[in-house]
Amino acid sequence: MILLSPADWAAHQGKFIALWTDAQYAYALYQPQQLVAVELVEGAYPALPHPGANWYQRLAHDLNGHKAQGATDTRPAIEHFRNPDFTAPWPEFTSPGVEGVHQVAVGPIHAAIIEPGHFRFSLRGEEVLKLEARLGYAHKGTLALMRGKSPRLAARYAARVSGDATVAHSLAFAQAAETALDTTPPARAVYLRAIMAELERLANHTSDIGAIAADAGFAFLDARFALARETICAAAAIAFGHRLMMDIVVPGGVAGDIMPEGAAAIIDALSALEFELPSLTRVFEDYASLQDRVIGTGIISPALAEAYHPGGYVGRASGQAHDARAQPGYPPYLDHPIHMPIQHEGDVAARLRIRLDEIPESIRSIRNWLQTLPTDALAYALPQTSGMGLGVAESFRGPVWHWLHIESGAITTAFIADASALHWPLLEHAATTGILADFPLINKSINASYSGVDL
Amino acid sequence: MVWKTALNHILSKAPAPAKADPAQVKDLRARLAAASTTKLGRALAIRHVPAGSCNGCELELRATQNLIHDLTQYGLSFTPSPRHADILLITGVAGRNMIEAARQARAAMPDPVLVVALGDCAIDGGVFKASPAVQGGADTITPIDLFIPGCPPTPTQIIQALLTLIEANALDPMKKPRRLRARDL
Ligand code: SF4
Repeated sequence: MILLSPADWAAHQGKFIALWTDAQYAYALYQPQQLVAVELVEGAYPALPHPGANWYQRLAHDLNGHKAQGATDTRPAIEHFRNPDFTAPWPEFTSPGVEGVHQVAVGPIHAAIIEPGHFRFSLRGEEVLKLEARLGYAHKGTLALMRGKSPRLAARYAARVSGDATVAHSLAFAQAAETALDTTPPARAVYLRAIMAELERLANHTSDIGAIAADAGFAFLDARFALARETICAAAAIAFGHRLMMDIVVPGGVAGDIMPEGAAAIIDALSALEFELPSLTRVFEDYASLQDRVIGTGIISPALAEAYHPGGYVGRASGQAHDARAQPGYPPYLDHPIHMPIQHEGDVAARLRIRLDEIPESIRSIRNWLQTLPTDALAYALPQTSGMGLGVAESFRGPVWHWLHIESGAITTAFIADASALHWPLLEHAATTGILADFPLINKSINASYSGVDL
Repeated sequence: MVWKTALNHILSKAPAPAKADPAQVKDLRARLAAASTTKLGRALAIRHVPAGSCNGCELELRATQNLIHDLTQYGLSFTPSPRHADILLITGVAGRNMIEAARQARAAMPDPVLVVALGDCAIDGGVFKASPAVQGGADTITPIDLFIPGCPPTPTQIIQALLTLIEANALDPMKKPRRLRARDL
């Protein structure tokens, strides 16, 4: 951590990842892993000019009451209903000042089986002029619950930051705790964690690719991809005892070994997917009516991506060559580098291609690791010491960062930055490149987590 | 003429209390039973409301619709509109920011409504219990008919539990919905 003066803090250049505060400092994290801080003066710190910092500054205000001096966006992030009966005046949503604009309100309860959030569209005819996403509905107080607990106890909160990325969040949390307490997990645990993380990526990529196709009217693809996801989850249950592999990655290692019949179940699931993938991918390439819906839809231009530098497939589809597995990197990927697909179109089709490309790569890695599993221990106990640590893991949707401050074995402060925090503002931009009917498609192609940012 | 009327009155029997044609009654009863089985026993529409979940429960709820589990074959489907729904299915804790929305969704549903709390969070707050941002489980929003434990429950567990709820309520269509607890399953 580098302590900066207020002027240096505000002028600091770099690819911004996240911002948070504790009782004494405001912290900002830049790629690949540079942590800077500034001292709080009367509960305030200078606002950062990076567009991605807005959400974090609003969050720091709602969570800790700290003010970002000079910030223009001071809307509440998560504290919407301050009254004792949980009501509040409904906010004004401003529309662009042009003629013929009307607003469409969607949520917080959505039509599909997804998380809660409010979308306010300003439309002229069908054209989307502006989208404002009001989040915070899934706020559960995760960070506060972590305080005062040992890393082992708090791991169950990390596993529930975003259920679809439970392995990645558990992994980032475990690595933060291990860094803080100077512990290296056993090699077998490192490989088992990576196998689980890649299985999680496959499960999400398949189900999301199918869901996007379904929104474009291709129910057949959805059925096949959902079947692939189901097969992977069933294999995960056989191998690790839980379909989502929740609570298995813990600080110090893993909570349990892979079952004897687990490897075979995983290989079967991978082979089934590998067998069907080329014919399913061809449907995306061959059908003009499907291409018509996804090509040129929901564009995040490379220039816009350069301003936010989002991670994951959102960034990689818009020219951002970034993957936390490669940079800053963590074991076992340091010894087993992954191939990183890059696209520049930034539309729904590009995000689809990135995810389709990542599938064979994950399959290859898992196969490889299952054959070369080290045979040392599953976990080492963490010492009851003090320290500060950052941990990162590349979830299916991008890097997730965990930051822990541990005193005598108990967490005093924690922060969690999901990749979604930088994806949400980009969704607001992408929505305005299309008509309202394209929004479900655009939204699914980005698939930002609500719970992951509402905390 | 008066005596004639009086005599008539005295001699005539009190009219039997109105009674419908027994055959017709039987017919109607059967039709009603069939209708209520449809209403409360089959082809039910579910409105899902996430009240503060980690999205794990949503993943598994969605998985009930895939080719393997195929919830629809049991007559259960999801509807976007609470006005068309028979079952309100709540996932996640009763998060402060969602309580009002969940309440409004319940109020928009026509009675009778069966309410299901899906997942440990919805049962009592799960791991998030005691967080100041959380009011508790889904029962702090509206009374619950069925609790489905698990973090998250598997698609099979979800389908089994929903069918148990429907069977319990389909036995006697005239009866009020029966509350089930997790231990009944
Ligand atoms: S019960 Fe578990 S899986 Fe479901 S919302 Fe709660 S934490 Fe997530």
